[in-house]
Amino acid sequence: MPQQTAGTLTAAKKSTTSPRPAGTLYRGREGMWSWVLHRITGVAIFFFLLVHILDTALIRVSPEAYNVVIGTYQTPLMGLGEVALVGAIVFHAYNGIRIILIDFWAGGVKYQKLMFYIVIALWVITMLGFTPRHLINVFSH
Amino acid sequence: MSTTTIAADRPGNADPAITPFTVTFLIRRFDPEVDEEPRWQDFDVEMYATDRVLDALHKIKWEQDGSLTFRRSCAHGICGSDAMRINGRNRLACKTLIKDLDISKPIYVEAIKGLPLEKDLIVDMEPFFASFREVQPFLIANKAPEGGKERIQTVAQRERFDDTTKCILCAACTSSCPVFWTDGQYFGPAAIVNAHRFIFDSRDEDAKVRLDILNDKEGVWRCRTTFNCSEACPRGIQVTQAIAEVKQAIMRGKP
Repeated sequence: MPQQTAGTLTAAKKSTTSPRPAGTLYRGREGMWSWVLHRITGVAIFFFLLVHILDTALIRVSPEAYNVVIGTYQTPLMGLGEVALVGAIVFHAYNGIRIILIDFWAGGVKYQKLMFYIVIALWVITMLGFTPRHLINVFSH
Repeated sequence: MSTTTIAADRPGNADPAITPFTVTFLIRRFDPEVDEEPRWQDFDVEMYATDRVLDALHKIKWEQDGSLTFRRSCAHGICGSDAMRINGRNRLACKTLIKDLDISKPIYVEAIKGLPLEKDLIVDMEPFFASFREVQPFLIANKAPEGGKERIQTVAQRERFDDTTKCILCAACTSSCPVFWTDGQYFGPAAIVNAHRFIFDSRDEDAKVRLDILNDKEGVWRCRTTFNCSEACPRGIQVTQAIAEVKQAIMRGKP
């Protein structure tokens, strides 16, 4: 006869070796990671827009308050934040075009991986053009 | 088993191609009567390059730990019983060869994700089959066939849905879908594939009904084109392509 009845809760058996008690991360490929990046950048852009609408609305409160808040943005830290913001928007925009093509262009599904690498390449080119010029502006003030 | 012993006893004699080697498997175990949380357990198994992950599970169950629980029926990639997550990707254990895996590291084997875990590598497939049933995956042809005998179909008409006839309902696609993991209401790729098989069948008369079912907010529009399903399918079905075609058909209002 079993020592204990089914359903009796006992201390979990000691795990033998693995340090990872949880399941492994699903190893998706280009499609999954582009979706993850699209989600993260999308949510980040949403929060930026929320703050942006609030600070712009300050002009209705008083022009002075608006100037004070906008003035606090003119710092190097915010300048670096703007690089991240533009990076997020550029990826979201290019990958958005890729997703539209997957949905509406007959060859979209077939070339989705290639299109992902084109998105990455375009993102790198855009950021190479933007970042140096922007950072010179930020740090020369 | 005997061949293993013979080869191991006479190392000088062995052809390197048929020498067994030790492979470590980390298997995510869960016994609902004992464990509160799943746990990883490691097993060392003597394997040949031509063996499959399913052979390793058999050797563990038969020689090391009889309590290891998993599903398998045909063991040849037809029945769709042994879909599991192997090294983080959904695969059929019976179609995954040891030579295709990196054996310098342990091989992680765990149950498919997004369905309730019952024991070790077994999940409750009922939510999966419930979605499958909901799309009416059977031929609906009420009109009498022309000439009173057969429903004739051209080669091109048959070709239209050929890809989606290959489905074996193993759930590798549905349980690889990030949308399905977080939202169990989503029909999932497998149900849409099986709807596609009848929506685009020229003999079927109820495509409109299936398109209506899949036009639901938990239907095809939840697809975020992550392509995990196409990559996971052991039958090589272009699942995301099939979902895209159903989306287009819904927008057109006809197949």
